[in-house]
Amino acid sequence: MGVKQVVKGNFATAVAAKLARVDVVPAYPITPSTLFPEQISTYIANGEMDAELLLTESEHSAMSAAIGASASGARVATATASQGLKLMSEMLFIASGMRLPIVTAVGNRALSAPINIWCDHQDTIAERDSGWLQFYAENNQNALDLMLMAFKISEDRRVLLPSMVGLDAFVLTHTMEGVDVPLQEEVDEFLPPYKPVYTLDVKNPMTFGSFGTPAHYMEFKYQQWEAMENAQKVIDEVFSEFYEKFGRKYEKVSEYRTDDADIIILTMGSMSGTARAAVDSMREKGIKVGAAKLTVFRPFPFREIKDLSRKAKVLAVADRNISFGFGGAVFAEIAGALINEKEKPMLIDFIIGLGGRDITQEDFYKIAEISKDAIDKGKVEKMVHWINLREVQ
Amino acid sequence: MDKVNIGAVITTPGSALNYKTGSWRTLKPVLDEAKCKFCNICWQLCPDSAIEQADAKAKKPIKIDYDYCKGCGICVQECPFNALEMVEEEK
Ligand code: SF4
Ligand code: SF4
Repeated sequence: MGVKQVVKGNFATAVAAKLARVDVVPAYPITPSTLFPEQISTYIANGEMDAELLLTESEHSAMSAAIGASASGARVATATASQGLKLMSEMLFIASGMRLPIVTAVGNRALSAPINIWCDHQDTIAERDSGWLQFYAENNQNALDLMLMAFKISEDRRVLLPSMVGLDAFVLTHTMEGVDVPLQEEVDEFLPPYKPVYTLDVKNPMTFGSFGTPAHYMEFKYQQWEAMENAQKVIDEVFSEFYEKFGRKYEKVSEYRTDDADIIILTMGSMSGTARAAVDSMREKGIKVGAAKLTVFRPFPFREIKDLSRKAKVLAVADRNISFGFGGAVFAEIAGALINEKEKPMLIDFIIGLGGRDITQEDFYKIAEISKDAIDKGKVEKMVHWINLREVQ
Repeated sequence: MDKVNIGAVITTPGSALNYKTGSWRTLKPVLDEAKCKFCNICWQLCPDSAIEQADAKAKKPIKIDYDYCKGCGICVQECPFNALEMVEEEK
């Protein structure tokens, strides 16, 4: 068993990188992820970690360096957030296209403008199509565990794609929580050293990042598509291996009191605990409501979402992001996943907690109330609702 | 079936030579050997290094490597002696 420590979310991701014996950390600081490179530099200075910390001049360069280091066969981790992830964006697509299993912790933070340093999921959601796996932590223990598992999943020969692990800005990154930090020998057993298929090597020259003409480009994209499909199975395998080894259970979609629910509220990240507490309060009043949490957003858990959808009359999606001109991105994915199902619940989208607005139990009561109204009327009158929005002129 | 390495990694060094870019051409430069004065201006200016150098001493004119010549026409434009001409590519 590991050691219980009271730590911030950023520390949890940094200690995971240390335990994973990461070789190279190229980083550029940004709120709320700066504690990650700070902690790594402390580990290196103290001789607790044998790694190269590359302090680059921008996030674009940090991800570029991550790509070079990963191509040389190193295990690579970094951390960023918000505008930093946007500056990395160009390189994110190159990392996944070159099939490099880099792991990045993202302190999920709102995007400018107006400038805001608090939590929402817009930064990673906007990288939905970058070819990276996406995991979302509910608490600091999740942040540590998902980072560790991300290396194993990403480096699997059937996958070989990079991963990002989202942890909510401040709510997790800067909040102290009790976390079970696994022992080094336990992690070593769980996560063997990274064995790349190809490596940059002067003695055996190869071309990385080559040209892909119309005659071949699509086949490379298809390989990425297949790798993402394979990741569905690999994630399940790694989640169950992790459970056996460390006793903590992970699921792509975890359900709470959904069995006889009329309404299921689907959440992602730190709001999930609040949703479960709200479910308990509403259950006391006889409201048949349940909650479900999405931990894996890419690859999208189609099967699990289909199973979930059969259990309720309304699936209420709490989206901490907004795709202007449509609605929430998670809602859009769920609608897409269920499109060919004969029986499907009513789907309602709730935009919530943007730019760090608090998400409270009352917000979930409101979501349940609107969902109940749809059940009573037998139809969804309004598809996208904004929750806890102030009246302004 | 073609084999493509994941991530478009090319494991054979120097294999770019096998990639004949000449097929991109629609017009090609043709040399009138009698007019070539071996000045090598075309050789200097070809952006694709698709011209083999002329040798004035040996009275050997330039030679165009059609495997790589992309038909840009720069050599034809720049030859001071009108020794080169662009003609339609036959396919
Ligand atoms: S520029 Fe004209 S004359 Fe000079 S080497 Fe080329 S073909 Fe010959
Ligand atoms: S046409 Fe262009 S590419 Fe071809 S030989 Fe002349 S300069 Fe070179």
